[in-house]
Amino acid sequence: MLHFPGLEPQPANPLADPARRSDVDEWGRSESARRLARRLGGFYYRRWFRVEWEGLENIPTSGGALLVGNHAGAIPSDAPMIMHGVEEELGRPVYGLADNFFRTVPLVGTEWSRMGGVAAHPDNAHRILHDHQQLALVFPEGIKGPSKLASERYQLRRFGRGGFVETAMRAGVPVIPIAVVGAEESMPILYRLPGIAKVLRLPYLPLTANHLVFGPVLGTVLYLPAKFRFRVLPPVQFDVAPRLPKYPRGRVMDEAEAIRQQLQEALYDMLAHRRSVWFG
Amino acid sequence: MGRRILLTGLDTFWGGRVAAALERDLEIEMLLGMGTGTPSVALERTEYVRADSSYSLLARIVKATQVDTIVHTFLVVDSSAMSGRALHETNVIGTMNLLAAAGAAGSSVRQVIVKSSSLVYGSHPADPVWFTEDTPRSLPPRFRLERSLAEVESYVRDFADENPGVTVTVLRFANVLGPNINTPISRNLARGVMPCIAGFDPLMQFVAEEDVVRCLQTMVLQSIAGTYNVSGDGRIPISEVAKIAGAWRLPISPVFTRQAVAPLIRLGLLDLPVELEHLLRYGRGIDTTRLKAAGFEFSTSSAGAIERYAEVMRLRRAIGDHTPGYKYEADVEAFFKHSPAIVRQTEAAR
Repeated sequence: MLHFPGLEPQPANPLADPARRSDVDEWGRSESARRLARRLGGFYYRRWFRVEWEGLENIPTSGGALLVGNHAGAIPSDAPMIMHGVEEELGRPVYGLADNFFRTVPLVGTEWSRMGGVAAHPDNAHRILHDHQQLALVFPEGIKGPSKLASERYQLRRFGRGGFVETAMRAGVPVIPIAVVGAEESMPILYRLPGIAKVLRLPYLPLTANHLVFGPVLGTVLYLPAKFRFRVLPPVQFDVAPRLPKYPRGRVMDEAEAIRQQLQEALYDMLAHRRSVWFG
Repeated sequence: MGRRILLTGLDTFWGGRVAAALERDLEIEMLLGMGTGTPSVALERTEYVRADSSYSLLARIVKATQVDTIVHTFLVVDSSAMSGRALHETNVIGTMNLLAAAGAAGSSVRQVIVKSSSLVYGSHPADPVWFTEDTPRSLPPRFRLERSLAEVESYVRDFADENPGVTVTVLRFANVLGPNINTPISRNLARGVMPCIAGFDPLMQFVAEEDVVRCLQTMVLQSIAGTYNVSGDGRIPISEVAKIAGAWRLPISPVFTRQAVAPLIRLGLLDLPVELEHLLRYGRGIDTTRLKAAGFEFSTSSAGAIERYAEVMRLRRAIGDHTPGYKYEADVEAFFKHSPAIVRQTEAAR
């Protein structure tokens, strides 16, 4: 499973090959699809969610780093906003790591990949962080984050089995926690329909506040205009040798739990200071 | 003494091409080909034995000819080519007999090269973007073809463990394209159709057939051990494959896919073995860093391989298929190879 080839500054440019007819790179990312995403994302980023950053200087302008956030909203809006924001503010691409469930969904999987999404496999993360020295974004709560009900908002779920810490240790990059406030209210889940979800083979099927406000169709694609705030916490460095085949399980779990605690406290602090869900 | 090489599947495309490439090398003293049919390529000095596909004759042949190298090109990697049982006989039983012959007590064999396929990695949503030679499959193989190739490779690994003195090379090829090779993808493209699953546009890799032949040749001549992925650079989305090849995309329903294509396959309008169907859904990437580190250079990329094939197809459409066919005549071959009447160039050159 482990592979340590030489360093490549970034993925090969597809257009360097004269036989190529599209700009889709080896990771499935396409610059023209990104341009489209930027146009749409720009509207949401600036006008709809009015994103504000705190501690942006904690994200390095070069070298690999694993961005880690809290995940929320029936169809999570936090991932595209962080990806768009970092690209806009720092001029660096972010590869969003998502559950491989996406790959099985027609159209959605393909478009997600074209816009810079990658299946969350340890090997993929290692190549992005270590070989290409790029930024990757991961939500360690996984599907448990966005599937939680509105009544459980801002209560972080378990951080998986700490795989993200092990990935960062192996790649020799820091973990940078980002606390996200606003995504929870952009598409809050009121009710889950587990029976139908099972039949449709979906991880969860939500009934959201958006459905009540905008109706069943528009409510699936339109977000509520919550005010977004991102707080970037100081990078967490691990004092271990990179590229080891294994790291002590206990240490990995402890580090993951510490990062979870930090994020949870940052969220409580941000919520304590928030005057309005819609105006921040 | 020069090298003495035994090639399996001489009558198939790969065996024939590799034999033709190796023949030119005077280091090689003797080339012996085995196959079930008749050779399809004109060969200068390659001896030919016809055998059944499970190679039960092999132990005797290896002993009698004292070959030092076995090149196993005869693994079937297209499940639409033969029935499940025949596939098992050819791939699994054939390889078992081959390795048994090579590993027999007092065997003269010093190198075994197996032409496998990147199909051994499967194609699944939980796959990494790149498979290295050591990346395990995401799920155990489900289809007969993948299962048979996995079994073949496990026999080869056992053989390598039991015979540390023998150089064992396994080459895993991506989708091969070229003027002469006949695969489900090349047949579809020749019809001007590239099947795809609606809503999916995964990335695929290709390797040009001349690179495959050259790679096998390099491994034989330089005796390089190990398992290697073989594919041209770059990963190409299916939509772009169709564009480069000048083919129409034929979208197939993402649900009940098998049922949707069954009539087209039955009518001979489409080739879509089940292993290709999964590739069209999730794609596959194999990392060739190790092969390049061993010194092999590809003549073209994935996109280049498609483009070269597209040129061949355009030429064929314009002038028809005029390549002169070669017909194997046992008497004629025996005359050219063994009659004292023939002045032997190679010996004179020595």
